[in-house]
This record gives sequence, C-alpha cells and structure tokens, in this order.
Amino acid sequence: MATFELRKLVKTYGRTPVIHGIDLFIPDGEFVVFVGPSGCGKSTTLRMIAGLEEVSGGEIRIGDRVVNEVDPKERNLAMVFQNYAIYPHMTVRQNIAFGLYTSRLSGAEKARKVEAAAALLGLTPLLDRRPSALSGGQRQRVAIGRAMVREPAGFLFDEPLSNLDAQLRAQMRIEIKDLHRRLGTTIAYVTHDQVEAMTMADRIVVMKDGHILQAAPPMEIYDNPADVFTARFIGTPSMNIIPAQSDAGVLSPAEGKAALLAGIRPHDLTIGAEVVDPALVLAGKVTAVEPLGPETLVHFEAAGQHIIATAPAHGQIAVGSRVTASAGRGRVHLFDGATERALGRQ
Amino acid sequence: MAAIDTPASRPLTMTRIRPGRILAWTVLFIGGVLMITPILFMFSTSLKTAGQIYDLRLIPQSPTLANYVKVLTEGQFLRWFLNSAFVAICVTLSNVFFDSLVGYTLAKFRFRGRQLVFIAILSTLMIPTEMLVIPWYIMSANLGWLDSYWGIMFPGMMTAFGTFLMKQFFETVPDDFIEAARMDGLNEFTIWWRIAMPLVTPALSALAIFTFLGNWTAFFWPLISTTSKELYTLPVGLTSFAVEQAIQWEMIMTGAAIATIPTLIVFLVLQRYIVRGVMLAGLKG
Ligand SMILES: Nc1ncnc2c1ncn2[C@@H]1O[C@H](COP(=O)(O)OP(=O)(O)O)[C@@H](O)[C@H]1O
Ligand SMILES: [Mg+2]
Repeated sequence: MATFELRKLVKTYGRTPVIHGIDLFIPDGEFVVFVGPSGCGKSTTLRMIAGLEEVSGGEIRIGDRVVNEVDPKERNLAMVFQNYAIYPHMTVRQNIAFGLYTSRLSGAEKARKVEAAAALLGLTPLLDRRPSALSGGQRQRVAIGRAMVREPAGFLFDEPLSNLDAQLRAQMRIEIKDLHRRLGTTIAYVTHDQVEAMTMADRIVVMKDGHILQAAPPMEIYDNPADVFTARFIGTPSMNIIPAQSDAGVLSPAEGKAALLAGIRPHDLTIGAEVVDPALVLAGKVTAVEPLGPETLVHFEAAGQHIIATAPAHGQIAVGSRVTASAGRGRVHLFDGATERALGRQ
Repeated sequence: MAAIDTPASRPLTMTRIRPGRILAWTVLFIGGVLMITPILFMFSTSLKTAGQIYDLRLIPQSPTLANYVKVLTEGQFLRWFLNSAFVAICVTLSNVFFDSLVGYTLAKFRFRGRQLVFIAILSTLMIPTEMLVIPWYIMSANLGWLDSYWGIMFPGMMTAFGTFLMKQFFETVPDDFIEAARMDGLNEFTIWWRIAMPLVTPALSALAIFTFLGNWTAFFWPLISTTSKELYTLPVGLTSFAVEQAIQWEMIMTGAAIATIPTLIVFLVLQRYIVRGVMLAGLKG
C-alpha cells in the first residue's frame, strides 16, 4: 500500500525539457490514469516513478520516502509494459514466478502464490506453455500475473492494452478494473485512449507537452474541463469549439478572433428536438450524416467551423440540406479566447 | 517466375531457366567435390597401410584399423588430444562469458567513453596475428607463461570479433525485457545472465562454434609458445609424425581423422540452438 507524490517533477533529455515541473498526489489505493496525446510525457513520468528513468529535478515520494535515488527494485512497484515483455525462454509458470524473484518465501509458498495468481487470471491451464504459444491477451495476462504475484505497493501500467484488438481491450479494461477493486492497490496507468481513461480511472490526469492540464475524476473532467485541450480530448466525438461573443448574456458565433470560445459537446447540440430558451443556436449546411443506431451524428458547417451535432435516430436529414441545431442553457462551456482556460458554463 | 514452376508449364522451364540453374549447380557441385575430396582421402589414407599410401585409390585395397590402434596407444596422441580439448574448451567458455559480458555492456549501458571503448576494441581487429605473435612471445617470456596451458590460451581468452558479434546481438534484445527484469528486482549481473543471455543463444552458439573450431585447429601460436611435448596441442603434435621419422602420412591422416570428431560433435550439438525468432515470442505478436 502506498501513496505517490510528484513535487515539481522535471525531466530533461540533454537540453530538451520533456516534463516541466509537475505536481501530483496519488492517495493510497487510487486508480489514476495519465492520458494525453503521444509524446506528451506520460511514459516518461511513469518510468520516473518506476525508477527506470532518472529524475532531472523535483521529487518523487512513495509513502513519505523520497525515492529519487532509490533503485527500481527497492521501490516495491510492479510494472506492466505495452509490449508485455514476458520472458520468451520461460514458461508461463516461470514467468509469473519471476515476480517473486527477490522474495524470501519458501519454494512451496511461491508455487502456491503463482497458482493463485494464475487462477485469478484464468491462466491455470496455460501454466506450462511458453509465450510463443499464447495469444496477445493471454500474454498480457501473464505480464499482469507477474506483476501482481509479488503484492507490490503499487502497479504501473504503460499502455498495456494498446496492442490488443478492440474486443479484447474492452474485456481487459473490465478485468483490470475488477482486479483493482479486489486488490485495492494503488495504480498509475498510462494510456492515450480517452475511453480507457474514462472507463477505468478513479481520477484522470490529462497531460500535454509535459504539463498536467487537469487532474480530476472522469465525470468532473467531462463536465468541467479546465481548458479547450482537455475539453476536446475527453469525450467522443470531440467537443465543438467555436469563436463566440456575448452581448448582455446572449451568445452568438463570432467571426475571426474572438474574446470567447464556446464549447458544446455534440451530444448537447441537438437537431430536431425542441429546446426551450436555448443558450446557443447554430445553423448551417450538412456535410455528412453518420447514423450510430440510437442517434445520428450530423456534420455541418457553421460560423466557419466544422460542427458535429446529434439528431434522433430516424430523422431524415440529407447531405446538403440546411439544419438548425441548438444547445440548452448550461450546456455551453465558455473558454477565454486567448488563454483557452475555462470560464464556466452558460 | 513463380508461375513457371507449376507442373503444367514444366516443359517450358527446361529450356528457359535451366541454363542458370545448371551453372549454379555445377559451381556448387565442383565446390562440394573440392571440399569433400581431401576429407575422403584423409579417411581413406587412415585406413591404408604405410605401403599403400601412394596408391591413390579412394577405397583402400585392404582397409585396416591398425593405424588407429597405433595412434591411440603409442606415443602421446591421447595427451595432445586432451590438451587441445582442454585449451579449446577453456578458451570457448571464456569467450562466451567475457565477450558477451563486454558486448552487453557496450550495447545496453550508456556511459561516458562508451563509443571510444568500442572503437578501441574494433581497431584491434585490424592488427594481423602475425604482428602480435612476437609481442605475445616476449610478454609470455617476461611473465613466465611460456610452455604452459595459460601461455597457449591467454591471447584468445577474449576476442574483439566475439565482443563485436555479441554487442550487435544484444542490441536486438528489446529494452523492455531488461527493464521488466529490473522491476522484478534482479541486479544487473543477473539480468544479463538470466534474461539477456538466454535471448541470444543463437549468437552464443555461433560464437562457441567459431571459437572452438578456431582453437581446436590453432597451430602457429601453440607451436611457438610450447616446447615440451606434454603440452603440445593436437595440430602441433600431428606435425611431429612428420619431422621425426620421415613423413608418416597414414599416421597424420589417422590423427586428423580422429581430430575431426570433436568438431563434428560441437557443431551438431550447438547448431540446433541457432534458430531464429526465439526472442520475439515474449513481445506483442
Ligand atoms: N530517451 C529519450 N531521449 C530523448 N528524448 C526522449 C527519450 N524518451 C522520450 N523522449 C521524448 O520525450 C517526450 C515524451 O515521451 P514519452 O514520455 O514517451 O511520451 P508518451 O508516453 O506520452 O507518448 C517525447 O517528445 C519523446 O520524444
Ligand atoms: Mg508512451
């Protein structure tokens, strides 16, 4: 059991800074997901926590101990890699047992733990196979088994699901989350996939260019994104952002550079449904229609922007026709036009 | 060209691509014959009596194993054989261990002067052995290593070629394995020994074969550094069949025939480890 704390954490490669002094506290037992576009420094941060990468500045604490200079093996953390990294020359049993390499348990005790971990992950029938005879999902389970058998103070996951196909990924999301519920161990999990972040996290940490933009529970981030980047990154399809102006509390699209940016999630921008006293109304020509089943996504051009709105499933909307979409009160996120920071909702 | 090989179009291919094939096969065949003939004659001669050796037929008229009995029971042949085996095995083990230790360090650790060390090691490859023999000799003489096993072995205990080979192979070992092992709590030496080494067994086998064969057949340096007959290696010992009582070809050939046996064994045992693609199995499929 452990808390993690990053204080003014900095990483530079040569002269290039890639992490710019980030602060974060992860309480014991929390499942934290670092999310952000590729190259934003998620892996670097995780690897510094693991001890695989040297800290260039600031502090990392595990519990109340500063671990900047502590070897990975002394930190009692387990890591699962994107490429699984299970040892190809060992059987599943040996691979999982390797997680106990440093433990002082007796052979019988180790064997029992390996069996227990394998049972939990549904690997029992595969224990004597080699990795080459396993599927991607099974390999990743072996990697997780090797990580959990040691009962570490915390788990680190670096994009563990990104090599799996969509269906398996959905299944593993649930399995990992369930594992966390049962073990209660602190987890720091890195992904570039916002769906993974939303579905698994107790708290999401949104990163960009080596900065933390926002750290909050998933729904909090979804409902109150701190800035334009976070707003667009979390939620699919992405939030519409349009330059806007506000006259005496009435919002309208603006031309060119505006003092305000209005953000509306496609789901909140509806076509063909009656909206009483709308906060913002957009009209334009339809460029594409995507029926999803329960609803239909309508792409149109308005205020010089590409906008996505939703329409009821069976509404007949033709490409090229004109539509009017409206967003209800409280559904429009306002951002500062210059800093792109959130200003609240309207 | 693939379509040409279907049975239906066979007759056509006879005239179309056979000329190239025939040429290739002919060259290979001649090469094969050139390689294998001396070996066949070696075995053949070893089965002949002294009087028959200039009778150059391949199948001996009255084959006999007498030469084998004589070689193995008289003189110090067995001793030389064991000397060679001892030297070749020690040097091979030493190379497998140290070449890969240094190769791994150069491939997987970042430290100041790494490139310089690597270039220094590589540059020793450009110095021909002939130039090194005299310094080796002087060094051995000064350190009292002449006429000893260590004196025969020391120049080859580590080689630049082996280090280079192993470095190249270790570079193909994904860092993820090494980092996973670090997280599992292994120390750096154990990571090398338990994780990295098993992943490069094909390279280790190749290195072991080369080193063993090279040392098993080494002649020049063992000849120079040893004076007592008890320390001769097999190739050096075999020449003594030539200098003492005229050239006993049948004895030389018998000794050489016996000498090929360990090389065959080493090759057959190790070559099955030279299989590709072991490493990728632990990573994403
Ligand atoms: N060993 C390295 N040397 C130099 N730059 C690196 C190194 N590793 C990562 N970087 C850079 O650091 C930044 C962050 O990388 P990383 O943490 O891997 O991003 P992410 O995991 O979020 O995709 C990237 O711009 C990357 O190019
Ligand atoms: Mg990454």
